[in-house]
Amino acid sequence: MSATGLHFLLPEASANAHSVDVLWWSMVGLCAAIAIGVFVVMFVFCIRYRKGRPADHHLARETLPVELTWTVVPFLIFMGVFAWSLVLYARSRTPPADAETIYVVAKQWMWKIQHPGGQREINTLHVPEGIPIRLMMTSQDVIHSFYVPAFRVKQDVLPDRYTELWFTATRIGDYRLFCTQYCGLDHSRMGGEVIVMSPKAYAGWLDQHNTGTSLAEQGAALFRAKGCSGCHGPNASVHAPDLDGIYGRIVHLSDGSTVVADDRYIHDSIMLPDKQIVAGYAPIMPSFSGELTESQVLAIIAYLKSTRPGTAPAHESTKGTYKGTKP
Amino acid sequence: MNATVLTPGFPELEPPRTFYTHKSGLLSWLLTTDHKRIAILYAITITLFFIMGGVAAAMMRINLVEPNGALLSPETYNKTFTFHGVVMVWFFLIPSIPATLGNFLLPLMIGARDLAFPRLNLFSWYLFVIGGGFTVTCLILGGVDTGWTFYTPYSTLFSNTNVILVAVGVFVTGFSTILTGLNFIVTTHKLRMPGMTWFKLPLFVWGMYAVSLVMVLATPVLAMTLSLIGLERVAHVGIFDPALGGDPLLFQHMFWFYSHPAVYIMILPAMGVVSEIIPCFARRKIFGYQFMVYALVGIAVIGFLVWGHHMFVAGMSPTAVLVFSILSFTIAVPSAIKVFNWTATLRRGQISFEAPMLYALGFVGLFMIGGMSGLMLAAPALDIPLHATYFVIAHFHYVMVGGTVMAYLGGIHYWWPKITGRLYSEAWAKFAAILMFFGFNFTFFPQYVLGYLGMPRRYHAYPPQFQLLNILSSAGASILAVSYLIPVLYLGWSLFQGARAGNNPWNARGLEWQTTSPPPKSNFLERPVVQKAYAYDEPAPGTPA
Repeated sequence: MSATGLHFLLPEASANAHSVDVLWWSMVGLCAAIAIGVFVVMFVFCIRYRKGRPADHHLARETLPVELTWTVVPFLIFMGVFAWSLVLYARSRTPPADAETIYVVAKQWMWKIQHPGGQREINTLHVPEGIPIRLMMTSQDVIHSFYVPAFRVKQDVLPDRYTELWFTATRIGDYRLFCTQYCGLDHSRMGGEVIVMSPKAYAGWLDQHNTGTSLAEQGAALFRAKGCSGCHGPNASVHAPDLDGIYGRIVHLSDGSTVVADDRYIHDSIMLPDKQIVAGYAPIMPSFSGELTESQVLAIIAYLKSTRPGTAPAHESTKGTYKGTKP
Repeated sequence: MNATVLTPGFPELEPPRTFYTHKSGLLSWLLTTDHKRIAILYAITITLFFIMGGVAAAMMRINLVEPNGALLSPETYNKTFTFHGVVMVWFFLIPSIPATLGNFLLPLMIGARDLAFPRLNLFSWYLFVIGGGFTVTCLILGGVDTGWTFYTPYSTLFSNTNVILVAVGVFVTGFSTILTGLNFIVTTHKLRMPGMTWFKLPLFVWGMYAVSLVMVLATPVLAMTLSLIGLERVAHVGIFDPALGGDPLLFQHMFWFYSHPAVYIMILPAMGVVSEIIPCFARRKIFGYQFMVYALVGIAVIGFLVWGHHMFVAGMSPTAVLVFSILSFTIAVPSAIKVFNWTATLRRGQISFEAPMLYALGFVGLFMIGGMSGLMLAAPALDIPLHATYFVIAHFHYVMVGGTVMAYLGGIHYWWPKITGRLYSEAWAKFAAILMFFGFNFTFFPQYVLGYLGMPRRYHAYPPQFQLLNILSSAGASILAVSYLIPVLYLGWSLFQGARAGNNPWNARGLEWQTTSPPPKSNFLERPVVQKAYAYDEPAPGTPA
């Protein structure tokens, strides 16, 4: 996408973009047809029944059938559009199971990206072509919104909460990223680029930007450095839940309810530990909300994920190589 | 425009004395309880606010001619769009038709001498002036940079501007809206003259009634929300801020629970105005009167249930998205009915094209385009790319400016002879109406394209590929500005030099046309005759058959 010149068509650069465009252009067509229809009828009436022109001025007797028609027909059309839109919406909310997760932390006024292999970037996001990418996003301050027009994706990014979106980029190139939730002084400068590369070039890029430690390994280091392991580790003296393989498990809470240990649960357990207390444990965990940044919490979550059975633990994982690139 | 200026205009109209000459002196206006005088006080006040909001819009459009935002600093730009939004929404659009035309006409149309609570009506205006004056002062001296939506946690924890003061100003003004709504509801129920049954009411009265219900039920939620913002900012009570255990989405729910019905507060009265003008100049009763009533009430009711469509990408659950989407499609049905019925009213008419009719026809076209772009936004799959872009800006300006402002000006032209007793220059009025229609489309249609191409709203600067469309939009805005200034001139001229209008220059139906122009203080010197609504197939009462 060049920076200058006029574009009246957006590129369709993601797998879902085309189906969204089909709905969009169909709606444009439908609305144009209705508008032109009404304008033509108005115009004809205005000419034909203008003052001073002999015309039949008798009132129509029965208006109910006409009115029911133009109540029911638009309703049915609208419901059809609704159903169509719903199918596309459901697809946009359901990432494929094999999607690669990349983490995004927004702050005034930049986008910080963390790849699972430990690579970090600011205001650019490198992604491979043809591989579903799922973005897990949170904000460090106010609400932002992650918008890539060429992919037809947008999602608000909230403080203390994870939101996600997914896309499969289908066209190599650079695409603009905008923040679309007003976030203060430099809102209009809070943007960047999504760079879609061939899987091979992407693997090369990952290698080139390898920091030597994957995100999970960074999390493992934090888990020790910040004292988590002192209570939650195997040799802990304090009575605290064992976190090995916690991710995705069902946790029983002290109020009798159960919750799945997902990203949000782990985040809140670290930052707002009083919110949900695990059954059988005393509420002695301190809040780390002043202690850890959102990026660090994401690293710890990545570490806890890596301790799941069947997942290579962080300390054994291959360093930042990208699995999807193997031929 | 004040009493001493207006009074000399009508010295020869005695007896009967008009409501202008009944008493004179500034104090007689500031202490009046006459709904007609209060309507004029409102009209002057909101015109001032409209000019202020318009200046802010002009500053933004000039700034956006250059991609890097040549005119304003980012800080000033952010304060300017906040000023524009706050002033235009709360101090122009919401009071526009109800507080001026509604105040003036509601008692006349139902054959009453005044509103049910005349002193409360004056109190509402004082609240409005105090709240509005205070808010605008805070916005000019210091400013607020949150946008008119005050989204948390930006507004509560991050913005170092006069958020609290402006919230207080809007809070106070909200009570003016609530009291006006209350006054209208009681008046419509209790003060209809004998024979004026519910289904003989003009649709303008129905529009006022429906909008009053929304005002009374929705505005208190705004007051609560703004109070909670204040509480969080001042006392650090965790309501919306996650760091304090609150939820920022709660703010959005509460804000839109008010602000979406507020959109209908702005459009329902406009629908009422247009439903008066089109039958008059088509010489036909309105097509499907009862459906029009049900559609008005239906919009008012369903309008409370669609707020979530502002939040499809905010992080709401998919189930909520589904529910709000289907309800948003549903509310388009009564709006469609109204467009079809207005069009059908033209059939077999004897249509003439005086200025009010041009405004009304322009309203129907622009409202339809605005409404249909709303359908696209109601579809979550399309809202995801379009949300918070210029497409949304274009959508609601088509409805609010193309719709409400066109209808307001149409109404001002239609009832001008009744309100002032004078005629204006028809040629200039037609010219302004047509210029406005083109200027409007020129300004806002390019914004639909900008939104589709992905230009986000509230951007002080933008990528260069959006420049051409922005220049088009700014050029259109200059035409639009001229078309708004022209009426000020010829209407001002008409106040002093316009020909006498007579009681019913349009040969219109409705009780307000049966009294003198301008009406006497007590509204009617003789008991008016109630006809069925829009009795254009019958002679006007008092004229030979």
